[in-house]
Amino acid sequence: MTIHRRGFLCTLALAANSSAQAPAKRWAMVIDPQKCLKDKGCTKCIEACHKTHNVPALAEARHQVKWIWKEPFGHAFPSEQGEHVREELKHQPVLVFCNHCDEPPCVRVCPTQATWKRADGIVMMDWHRCIGCRYCIAGCPYGSRSFNWVDPRPHIRQINTDFPTRAKGVVEKCTFCEERLAQGQPPACVEACPEKALVFGDLRDPQSEARKLLRARFSIRRKPELGTKPEIYYLV
Amino acid sequence: MFMFEKAVVGSRRYWIWLLCLLVIIGAGFLCYLRQLEYGLGITGLSRDVTWGLCIAQSTFLAGVAASAVMVVLPYYLHDYRAFGRITILGQFLAIAAVTMCMLFIFVDLGQPSRVINVLLYPTPGSIMFWDLISLGGYLLLNAVIALVTLGAERRDAAPPGWIKPVIFISIPWAMGMCTVTAFLYSGLPGRSFWLTAILAPRFLASAFSSGPALLILLCLAMRRLAKFDPGRDAIRRLGLIVTYAMLINVFFFLMEVFTAFYSRIPEHMEHFRYLFAGLEGRASLVPWMWTSLALAAVSLVLLVAPRYRNEEKVLAVACGTVFLSLWIDKGLGLIVGGFIPSPLGAVTEYAPTLPELAISLAIWAVGLLMLTVFYRIALAVRESLAAARQEV
Amino acid sequence: MRDRPIIFGGLMVFLGLATFPIWYNVAAGKTSRGPDIKLPAQEKECVAATDYMRSSHMDLLVEWREQVVRQHVRRFTAFNGRNYNISLTGTCLKQCHTSKADFCDRCHDYAGAGTPYCWDCHNEPRPAATVAHRLPQ
Repeated sequence: MTIHRRGFLCTLALAANSSAQAPAKRWAMVIDPQKCLKDKGCTKCIEACHKTHNVPALAEARHQVKWIWKEPFGHAFPSEQGEHVREELKHQPVLVFCNHCDEPPCVRVCPTQATWKRADGIVMMDWHRCIGCRYCIAGCPYGSRSFNWVDPRPHIRQINTDFPTRAKGVVEKCTFCEERLAQGQPPACVEACPEKALVFGDLRDPQSEARKLLRARFSIRRKPELGTKPEIYYLV
Repeated sequence: MFMFEKAVVGSRRYWIWLLCLLVIIGAGFLCYLRQLEYGLGITGLSRDVTWGLCIAQSTFLAGVAASAVMVVLPYYLHDYRAFGRITILGQFLAIAAVTMCMLFIFVDLGQPSRVINVLLYPTPGSIMFWDLISLGGYLLLNAVIALVTLGAERRDAAPPGWIKPVIFISIPWAMGMCTVTAFLYSGLPGRSFWLTAILAPRFLASAFSSGPALLILLCLAMRRLAKFDPGRDAIRRLGLIVTYAMLINVFFFLMEVFTAFYSRIPEHMEHFRYLFAGLEGRASLVPWMWTSLALAAVSLVLLVAPRYRNEEKVLAVACGTVFLSLWIDKGLGLIVGGFIPSPLGAVTEYAPTLPELAISLAIWAVGLLMLTVFYRIALAVRESLAAARQEV
Repeated sequence: MRDRPIIFGGLMVFLGLATFPIWYNVAAGKTSRGPDIKLPAQEKECVAATDYMRSSHMDLLVEWREQVVRQHVRRFTAFNGRNYNISLTGTCLKQCHTSKADFCDRCHDYAGAGTPYCWDCHNEPRPAATVAHRLPQ
């Protein structure tokens, strides 16, 4: 096969072009709990997420499915508990959801790769492949995942037809609104927050708001000593 | 080839027993159909305690299955002739136990029709993948070994040479299977109750005490029901194996307690506290765990003294207490205890529901059915062989 | 050969039962008509050739599923050069086959293919203003 000079140079140019494209993103979320607390009863982000993604509202607490919710500070940060922690912090509820870890144990244990880590950092779910073994739930150190113990459809207040529901017998969790990100929109929770307490951004972009916040302020993450490298940062 | 014709000849008692088992299996099957329709919400599981009775039974039975190695190893590797009559029984027990183990996992899946995905999309990084391989492989190995050796015995001939390496492979395979079962739990960073290097050795120790204990009980039952004599030496040696394994098992447990409570790390202590004292007023497993400890203590007293251990009636009681104690410890406490408290510190209790119990009973009945049929075949083969020899 | 009437009688009963699906449908007049599907009014060309869609649309959907979910590729270029956003609800149902009952279900019921489990999760779009349908040629 003769290689033509022009064809060869074209191929080289194409290859160089694709690698010269923007480097892979690393999506992360920075939460400011002080801003979140301004309206103590606010659950706008939770409602937005659960409505957008057809998350069912189940009466039985033990069958609850939730992608994002509020947890008392001591539960979310057990290593920061103690008698002499700042009073207002002790009982403060913080938003918790999937940390989209860099070294996710749930991905490591899934026997069918129904959950995996994307190049842009999102720990994704494939609800077609999940066999419902719940090993990922056992693997998650944060309790971020929920299992569909019953058929969720009857328990969804109003189905958003733009997003599928799930069937019973599969595990689900926050997916960083990857379907919205594909349209260039921010995650639903970020958009819904009236105080802009949730800052979503690309940590590889030095000019993103999330990256700038992390450079300027001290933040903590949930159970970082476990080596999971969570990518949800809580400003202190 | 499978000699099933031997299983359809039996006494009235035999058929009534089989009928009872079939009724239990039928009832459990109907409950499973209901579970398929309604979802796993029919069980007592919850968002915090996502694995319960079924997975715990599976874990326990994987150990029981691995224990066949305790008769195979002395007999085939060290020529311990006394085990000659019971190796086949140990292998049949392994087959029944592994089948039950896999069934327990199957009925616990949320989307069981997709289980083939584990083979279609192999994930060597996932221990559950290796669990399936090791369980399936062990089933195959033991099925081939049992078939070939029993078939050879029926023809009053030596088994073919190629079966020897297969038998040798089954020994490390059994160890590997038990270890992989432990690895399912001991590599999870978020579950501090299981995140201990001693979990795999504990699994091996409890496997090698509960399995042979069950085998002793089955052999003694065969002597009573089917005039089968396993041999006094074999029973005594098995009893000794159970003793040492149980001593090591209890020792390992005490090691865990020391590390948790001397280090005073809350995450390590809390699970033990829940199991043995209760947390936040919730203590449903506490009586079970103390019973398990008491049974273990009683069993050790009966096992350690040769005066008691070599008395077969006492040995039977000791084996029963060993089996029950370890069934509570591994088949209930270990798995549920790992989930309570949850990663967020919640204490959500678990109790199996009636349909869950029915399904579990049905799977145990499947195992007992398999054991009954297999033992019937084995004993019938031996009987006809003995009769043929007498004629000659 | 006293049993001849019983044997033949039994054979006739068996044959009748075994061929029940055939003669029942013929009697009900179901086989002469094909499935009465309503084609989309707006769109004249499908995302792929009609023959391919008829025989393998499920393969296309599985391929689409893998692309969107696992490779996050959401754009599909059809054989005629048109670009589509891959979405069962957003494209297949919203853009073209606006009534699942009049299109998908009719053929599936006729062929006895049942309800694929896709619909356990994926939704039909909220009914918009009714679109006029054109009948097949």
